[in-house]
Amino acid sequence: MSTNRMVSTTINGEDMALIIDDRMTLLDALRDRAGLTGTKEGCLSGDCGACSVIMNDRVVDSCLVMAAEAEGAAIVTVEGLADGTELHPLQRRFLEQAALQCGICTPGFLVTAKSLLDRNNNPSAAEIRLWLAGNLCRCTGYDKIIRAVEGASADLRAAKG
Amino acid sequence: MEQHEAQKNEYNIIGTRPIRHDGEDKVTGRAQYGADISFPDQLYGKVLRSPHAHARILSIDTSKALAMPGVRAVTTAEDLPRLKDRMVAGEAGAENIRYVTERVLASDKALFEGHPIAAVAATDPWIAEEAVKAIEVKYEVLTAVTEVRDAMKDDTPPLHGELTTETLGEKSKKATNIVRHTRHKRGDPDKGFAEADLVIEREFETKTVHQGYIEPHNATALYRSDGQITLWTSTQAPFWVRRDLAELFDIPLSRIKVVPMEIGGGFGGKIAVYLEPLAILLSKKSGRPVKMIMTREEVFYASGPASGTVTRIKIGVKKDGTITAATAWMAYEAGAFPSNWAMVGSMCVLACYRLENLQIDAYDVLTNTSKVMAYRAPSSPQAMFGVESIIDEIAIKLDMDPLELRLKNAVQEGDRRADGPKFHRIGLKETIRAAMESEHYKSPLPSGANRSRGVASGFWFNAGMQSSATVGINMDGTANVTTGSVDIGGSRASMAIMAAEALGLTAEQVRPIVADTDSIGYTDVTGGSRTTFATGYAVYEACQDVIRQLKTRVAKLWDVQEDKVEWGDGAFHHVDNGKSPMSVGDLGPKLEATGGPVMGHGTVNPKGVGAGFGIHIADIEVDPDTGKVTILRYTAVQDVGQAIHPAYVEGQMQGGATQGIGWALNEEYIRDAEGRMLNPGFLDYRVPTALDVPDIETILVEVPNPGHPYGVRGVGETPIVPPMGTIHNAIARAIGLRMRSLPMSPPKVLHEILQRGQTVEAAAPVTS
Ligand code: FES
Ligand code: FES
Repeated sequence: MSTNRMVSTTINGEDMALIIDDRMTLLDALRDRAGLTGTKEGCLSGDCGACSVIMNDRVVDSCLVMAAEAEGAAIVTVEGLADGTELHPLQRRFLEQAALQCGICTPGFLVTAKSLLDRNNNPSAAEIRLWLAGNLCRCTGYDKIIRAVEGASADLRAAKG
Repeated sequence: MEQHEAQKNEYNIIGTRPIRHDGEDKVTGRAQYGADISFPDQLYGKVLRSPHAHARILSIDTSKALAMPGVRAVTTAEDLPRLKDRMVAGEAGAENIRYVTERVLASDKALFEGHPIAAVAATDPWIAEEAVKAIEVKYEVLTAVTEVRDAMKDDTPPLHGELTTETLGEKSKKATNIVRHTRHKRGDPDKGFAEADLVIEREFETKTVHQGYIEPHNATALYRSDGQITLWTSTQAPFWVRRDLAELFDIPLSRIKVVPMEIGGGFGGKIAVYLEPLAILLSKKSGRPVKMIMTREEVFYASGPASGTVTRIKIGVKKDGTITAATAWMAYEAGAFPSNWAMVGSMCVLACYRLENLQIDAYDVLTNTSKVMAYRAPSSPQAMFGVESIIDEIAIKLDMDPLELRLKNAVQEGDRRADGPKFHRIGLKETIRAAMESEHYKSPLPSGANRSRGVASGFWFNAGMQSSATVGINMDGTANVTTGSVDIGGSRASMAIMAAEALGLTAEQVRPIVADTDSIGYTDVTGGSRTTFATGYAVYEACQDVIRQLKTRVAKLWDVQEDKVEWGDGAFHHVDNGKSPMSVGDLGPKLEATGGPVMGHGTVNPKGVGAGFGIHIADIEVDPDTGKVTILRYTAVQDVGQAIHPAYVEGQMQGGATQGIGWALNEEYIRDAEGRMLNPGFLDYRVPTALDVPDIETILVEVPNPGHPYGVRGVGETPIVPPMGTIHNAIARAIGLRMRSLPMSPPKVLHEILQRGQTVEAAAPVTS
């Protein structure tokens, strides 16, 4: 039987209280309760990474996290990447490099790549491929995604001076 | 990236790489895909599916489900009109509406694992799931046949009692699982083989594979009390969905509006209707919008994968490499309902080669699997895999460069495909030469044990078909371009580029829009690599219409006869140079005073389709201890016609190659003896990850298609065809082992290594 509860969490820097059903995943809560549909569903089994979000500085598949576990957590979704109308370098590079075709995998890749660049602002192509190996893209063959992440990491290094 | 320019680029906007117009929405998470639409009063629909691949349905009892709190509607096949035999337009040729109805909801037999039996709508998804479980179905389980070889046997009971084979246009007397036998014959193959110095005949097999789009199927429907239906869905073909629904429900097209949401991949798999009719039935019964989303398992079981096949190919050559004859026998899994994919394969199998003597026999075969549907260059990869392997074997035996051998026999303009049609201007020879001249092919073979290089070619027809477009000129001289073609991978940008080129604007001054079926003229599928070609053609025509209308306005403004006004270089000129030129931008503010708005229309059904050819090159390494194949370097070379947005052309080539690599090395439906799929998940089915593929180098050969105002030929499908042969041949050259069976997954390769040792064939490197 269903039980509802309130979960207090920080999403993209804003405090939010969401009323959730106990059976909900974090993915459900983000999409159906917070109205943040940028995080996508591809498999619900942790295989595709379309639902990737950053939770307390770690990338997680939000389809594998129960919504109730978000209590007190800080969550970053694709909607939180841009600074107002200023796109994150990753978003800009994805556009410039044509690193998306259908775009369904893009939010997951952006979030996962951000967590990589937050840790390491000069990853090698091999490190990028390894870090992104949990995110599936069926359209691009990954090549342009890798180029975009390389470009963004150069941008971030340049911005730091 | 190397670029082979067949001609100097005389365009201003075409060939540039603007940011796609829908890009911002897609990198910020704002773009609305099918699953992202919601209504406050919506219900959630779930499907009860057959757990058996073949079973008679003895009874369905929905009473317990209906009685559950929160359940608002339950539907079964009884709610669909029982239509008489009638052929209706289908995905690849006509299909019987009775079979479409039966595929959507089973009535007396479940014919594949996942076959829908009933659907439920409830106030939340968990209740819907519980209610599905509460439906009681009694089955009599029947023997499931999932392999074409078994289904073709004389003593295998026919899946549909009444279906007989259509052989060369004639119906047979006996019920069978062979839907159709297609034959193409030219010259005298026996004589051709007798003249050959070397004849090789081999059998090949491929397994069922899936398109593997990341976004599951979805549909949200609202059935209004006045009988009007609105459907929000991620589909490649909103007008085809509308057509299929009108046929299924036997209602006029004008009662249905299909709103195409952004689509998370399709590759041919999101054309047919699955959830759409169920959501409509449930909405009709409940009076509420009903939203349905498939699970990933359901996508694997019950959408439309690509055929598993068995082929037997025979090719004869002279010592100098000239092919004297070729024959192909091919059997394709149709799934549980008649389809035409073997017929399509029969037109692809030998398409790269110039042949005087040939015979092709192709069989579409019913199996207890979900009806197969299009998958990127549908039927061509399975067909050409065997041919490309034998060509490579011949090259080794004749000690010829495999690309030289292909060049010697390559088709060109004026040659006929096996099934008859003549090729227009095509660029296979240019493509082979570009591959031979590529830095990759000229580079030394990868050094080290168990490494080598393989090549193979690929062909796809590319499609034309119908498209509509409108172009509205805004008061500031910018333009809005509306089409009915869903944007599955950047086509909005292509449309904007072509309109900008035609109107003398920048790509950013054009706003491309994808409209719903109420708001734009009929437009066929986004598929068949036709969108940039045909819908682009419609956009071009709409722009010419705009220019004709604007010319009248300019004449009025200049107070001259229309024949004194000329369009060129993005502006209107006075033929005698009496006036300063006027651009579309200049004219925007003058429209109101000169007669009102200007809107151009373009509708096309173009015939000048340009076929696509590609050559891929792969360096690989086989690990003899595990059977794992690693790709060290990969290059895709393709005649892409005029590249409109080169970055997205490269992307199509890279994506297609990667899907082909997955098909070559890992992807397959694994089924148990009862016909149940054992690996219905991305990781068990084994879609390639970023770690499984290298950078994919691309070489764009641009041989413009004279059948299109901007030289466009389809691009998206050809690149999935060469990888299987390319990698197969590389493995053969690395360790002397010809697998002749896909996928060449580690366990299979290892098994073959252990079985056959490395002595089957002397390993022979590509000459370079
Ligand atoms: S939806 Fe969560 S990993 Fe695929
Ligand atoms: S762009 Fe379509 S799945 Fe990645």
